[in-house]
Amino acid sequence: MTELETIARWVAQGARVLDLGCGDGRLLRRLWQTKQAPGYGVEIADAHVLGCIRNDVNVLQMDLEDGLAAFADKSFDVVILSETLQAIHRQEYLLREMLRVGREAIVSFPNFGYWRARIQIAIAGHMPVSKELPYQWYDTPNVHHCTLVDFEALCGKLGFSILERVVLTEGATVSTLPNLLGALALYRVTSPASTNPLTVPPQAPHQHRQQDQRRQPQG
Amino acid sequence: MIVTAHRARFTEPLRLSSGAVLPEFEIAYETYGELNAARSNAVLVCHALNASHHVAGTYAGDPDNVGWWDNMVGPGKPLDTERFFVIGSNYIGSCFGSTGPASTNPATGRPWGADFPVVTVEDWVAAQARLAERLGIERFAAVMGGSLGAMQALQWALSYPERVRNSIVIAATPRLSAQNIAFNEVARQAIMTDPDFHGGHYYDRGVVPVRGLRIARMIGHITYLSDDAMMEKFGRQLRRSERGFDFGVDFEIESYLRYQGDKFSTYFDANTYLRITKALDYYDPAADFGGDLSKAFARARADFLVVSFTSDWRFSSARSREIVRALLDNRRVVSYLEIDAPQGHDAFLLEDPRYHDALRAYFGNIAL
Repeated sequence: MTELETIARWVAQGARVLDLGCGDGRLLRRLWQTKQAPGYGVEIADAHVLGCIRNDVNVLQMDLEDGLAAFADKSFDVVILSETLQAIHRQEYLLREMLRVGREAIVSFPNFGYWRARIQIAIAGHMPVSKELPYQWYDTPNVHHCTLVDFEALCGKLGFSILERVVLTEGATVSTLPNLLGALALYRVTSPASTNPLTVPPQAPHQHRQQDQRRQPQG
Repeated sequence: MIVTAHRARFTEPLRLSSGAVLPEFEIAYETYGELNAARSNAVLVCHALNASHHVAGTYAGDPDNVGWWDNMVGPGKPLDTERFFVIGSNYIGSCFGSTGPASTNPATGRPWGADFPVVTVEDWVAAQARLAERLGIERFAAVMGGSLGAMQALQWALSYPERVRNSIVIAATPRLSAQNIAFNEVARQAIMTDPDFHGGHYYDRGVVPVRGLRIARMIGHITYLSDDAMMEKFGRQLRRSERGFDFGVDFEIESYLRYQGDKFSTYFDANTYLRITKALDYYDPAADFGGDLSKAFARARADFLVVSFTSDWRFSSARSREIVRALLDNRRVVSYLEIDAPQGHDAFLLEDPRYHDALRAYFGNIAL
């Protein structure tokens, strides 16, 4: 199972999706194709924004560090932060924002507690470099690494409930000793205040649409 | 691309936002490319203050008069005229061929002058809708514009929601700030206090309020460029070998502004300048909705592309994000580009691969 497949499994049919740090929009495109889930991506890199437009995905060029002020409370079913958490400076703030605008959040990150990372630090004595963490310490965009234990502690502090967790290594699910044997962690979380239904009723579909409905973010 | 300007005449009266009625009017326009059989490939390009319907190409025998958005519109350009039928439309009140203050008032047989009504963005769009009907276009694939043109692209999506599939809104604001209005008022005062203005009836007297127009243009120009761009281009460079200790042209920027002002005053009409700046000041689609832009956009049905430039302090990126927020609140299809360009407001006219590649990709996704 891949990360993309795990996320797609967690997104309900027709759910409204916000993908933070969406890259070239391939996840949103897949969610539209497989789940008819309409959505928006947020991305800051010019090349990725262009990729999204080429992929016919709604993209908003904004800086996640500024929060999610563009989005109303509870305006999404699910807000996704895929392998971006470790590159964010104000993680608590962003996680809170995610569950302000969304009913659920999906967060994935490279597990810094993975045994290969531990060995590179503990035995080889250098910062971990791997498929999930491909950067050298001096050129990495990542500023806040964490382990499964760390992330779950933060969820506890923020009052988030963990609905599901999947840990992956080389495309295989890890169930034993996940914080040691898992390379990538995915969480589906919510907060008690996030379980209210969507406050904005969905609109009726357009009657005269000629364009591909793919980019239509209606619930 | 050799192009030809056209003029369409409309004899059915047009009721304006002010309550005044234009008994008849003309709109100057140009077209590029071919309307397809399904009539589904038409794109309307709306222009800003100092531009016209001459969007792209050149006129036969006049190779230097290149359209103002020639880097964006044409064969193989981001808005590809091999695929789209593009209309460049002038607006009423202009001095570039459409009915305006310099046109003859049918009631008097003399130029309208000060009696030409104050028009609004809504009026411009209503007049353009007549042009669309004349050209057989029921629904535009896109309406596109920058700055004041972007206001028209927005207003098209609000006035005629079913007639616009995509609204492309570049370097825009949903309403002018007090500072924006202040700059416009200084420009208007410069014109109206020029002794040659004669209350707007200067055509009969054979004079032009050149001094006022020059200053109006100089003020405008300052707001189109970023501080950095101006510093980069002119710095504190002197025009002469040393300071003159007089009030001649010392600095390059002074020379540039004077040159721009002089040039502008030879071709732009003062009464038009007053009306365009007033139309800008008045534009506020949220005004009828208690200032709530989200409510104003509830009737929009188009998909939107909103583009801003980070160094634009005239219509800053924050203003564009207000538009984006209102569209998100209404669950519109919208993409937003914030181009990190140094040039200021005028960046929308320049060729930046990030900007042009995105527009090219966006137009490429519009099904015909």
